[in-house]
Amino acid sequence: MLKSLFTNRLSRSAYLWLGAIALVLLPWVVGAGGGNYWVRVLDFALLYIVLALGLNVVVGFAGLLDLGYIAFYALGAYSFALLASPHLPTQFESIAATFPEGMHFSPWMVAVFSIILAALFGLILGLPTLQLRGDYLAIVTLGFGEIIRIFMNNLDRPLNLTNGPKGISGIDPIQLFGISFTKPLDLGFVQIPGLYLVFYLFLLLAIAVAIVCLHLQDSRIGRAWIAIREDEIAAKAMGINTRNMKLLAFAIGASFAGVAGVLFSAFQGFVSPESFTLWESIVVLAMVVLGGIGHIPGVILGAVLLAVFPDVLRGIAQPVQQFLFGHVIVDVEIIRQLIYGLALILIMLYRPGGIWQKSGARQ
Amino acid sequence: MAKEWGKTMTSSDHLLLDVTDVSKRFGGVQALDSVGLQVAHGAIVGLIGPNGAGKTTFFNVITGLYPADTGIFLFDGQSYFPESVSEVTKSGLARTFQNIRLFGEMSVLENVMVGCHCRTKAGLLGAIFRFPSAKREERAIKEKAQQLLAYVGLGEFANMQARNLSYGHQRRLEIARALATEPKLLALDEPAAGMNATEKVQLRELIDKIRRDHRTVLLIEHDVKLVMGLCDRVTVLDYGKVIAQGTPAEVQRNPQVIEAYLGTGGH
Repeated sequence: MLKSLFTNRLSRSAYLWLGAIALVLLPWVVGAGGGNYWVRVLDFALLYIVLALGLNVVVGFAGLLDLGYIAFYALGAYSFALLASPHLPTQFESIAATFPEGMHFSPWMVAVFSIILAALFGLILGLPTLQLRGDYLAIVTLGFGEIIRIFMNNLDRPLNLTNGPKGISGIDPIQLFGISFTKPLDLGFVQIPGLYLVFYLFLLLAIAVAIVCLHLQDSRIGRAWIAIREDEIAAKAMGINTRNMKLLAFAIGASFAGVAGVLFSAFQGFVSPESFTLWESIVVLAMVVLGGIGHIPGVILGAVLLAVFPDVLRGIAQPVQQFLFGHVIVDVEIIRQLIYGLALILIMLYRPGGIWQKSGARQ
Repeated sequence: MAKEWGKTMTSSDHLLLDVTDVSKRFGGVQALDSVGLQVAHGAIVGLIGPNGAGKTTFFNVITGLYPADTGIFLFDGQSYFPESVSEVTKSGLARTFQNIRLFGEMSVLENVMVGCHCRTKAGLLGAIFRFPSAKREERAIKEKAQQLLAYVGLGEFANMQARNLSYGHQRRLEIARALATEPKLLALDEPAAGMNATEKVQLRELIDKIRRDHRTVLLIEHDVKLVMGLCDRVTVLDYGKVIAQGTPAEVQRNPQVIEAYLGTGGH
């Protein structure tokens, strides 16, 4: 009995080590097989994991349908874009005078700032919607997401704050601990390309967020969220302050998206309102629902699948059509939306808990 | 210190719950018409009445689910106005529901652990970073929940999903969950509804055990036999009004009660 327990523990940590090694090697393998393009895809997939985990707190745990989630991502992205690019100094002389060297706030600082900012906006969205449930909440959150995007789109007049639809470019690349994430890092025996460094950084963030989610899930706060999702009146009868708990869920989910947004804009070097459309909110929601709503490993799986899928499809659909018909008949974008829709319908019909749902669900 | 209800005890010091003049109107229906109810410390008080008499409405009003139109509310010597269900629970009045309201996707154990929420205090940072104090509290919650499950006889089902429990067991789980909030007064809304004879006997034993452990119980019940056997005092509602109040034996002899239950055919 004791012995088997010991070997079980051993094999568990062995699995963890194997997983860690595989993750460290992943960008090298993918980079060697498919070039930098596919490493970039992986980097974005990690950002989507953070987004999906954040939305899962709101939708999966607390059961609050949020269709405007991408707005918090936009807040983070624009925070960094404004605080670490030449845009504001060139528009406003006073700012240029204050920062003669140009505005170059560190991603660390902006990340902390945008956690607070996004959480605050989470509360702003949460407060008026406390009484709403289901469809009604979805409509209000959808409106909120669009309002933020439309603000970004139109705040170029009378004062040019966001540069409107043209977006902000020239954003500082990620630089942490004196390491630049755009240049290769020379360790003497090996050179790590910048894209791979970004992968490691985003991986650390995703792991940290996943651990936070796991810890929250198994705490009295996580249980309170799930209780609210399951039966709000019974949750109140357990002495749970449902108002505060819902607001907390909104704020936590939003803050994850805020951090992810900062890294997104630093990684891209460019942001525009186009990146934060309703479609993006829906994609993140699809990741949560498809993967396994409320189940952290499932949500991660859903995020990876849907983040990588469009590029895999692009790699397959075009050459296959070329080969079969000599030219492209159906646009890849259309095939993608078709498959998304079909996948969601099938999941809802045959596996409503998601691809990788909690063991014990629907026994 | 369980106090026996006695006829000489009239001072409100001995009352855990003392509500008077509670009225509630839904549109044109006067659901509750100046209803009063007193529950002494350590007693089991029954609230009975035919279907639609307003029993559950009364429960929902005193626990803050529906706002009352009028009413004077005293709980444990403190005046309160029931507006928020969670605040009422925190002050020590826990309830179960007639139409079972469990957290179906959670395990049986987790359901009871949710009940410990309002008596624990680990905050956001404590939960995220698992501070030693939060870990200790979490262990205590788990232990307490396991004890409560054993107490109501559901120990072996701890890891089952709540919605897979049998009907009678679900009702017991609701009681365990309510007990986890450490109530001074446990209010049970038709706990025997839908139970078979064996389950009813077991439920009766459980309620008796809860009383022996010095808790006070307010019981809404349809099953007159169960109420008469268990309760120290019974209040009878009909059409939103109190028509009788007294010991089970007194109430049973009351002609108005007999009329309400059996009808006279005269009107």
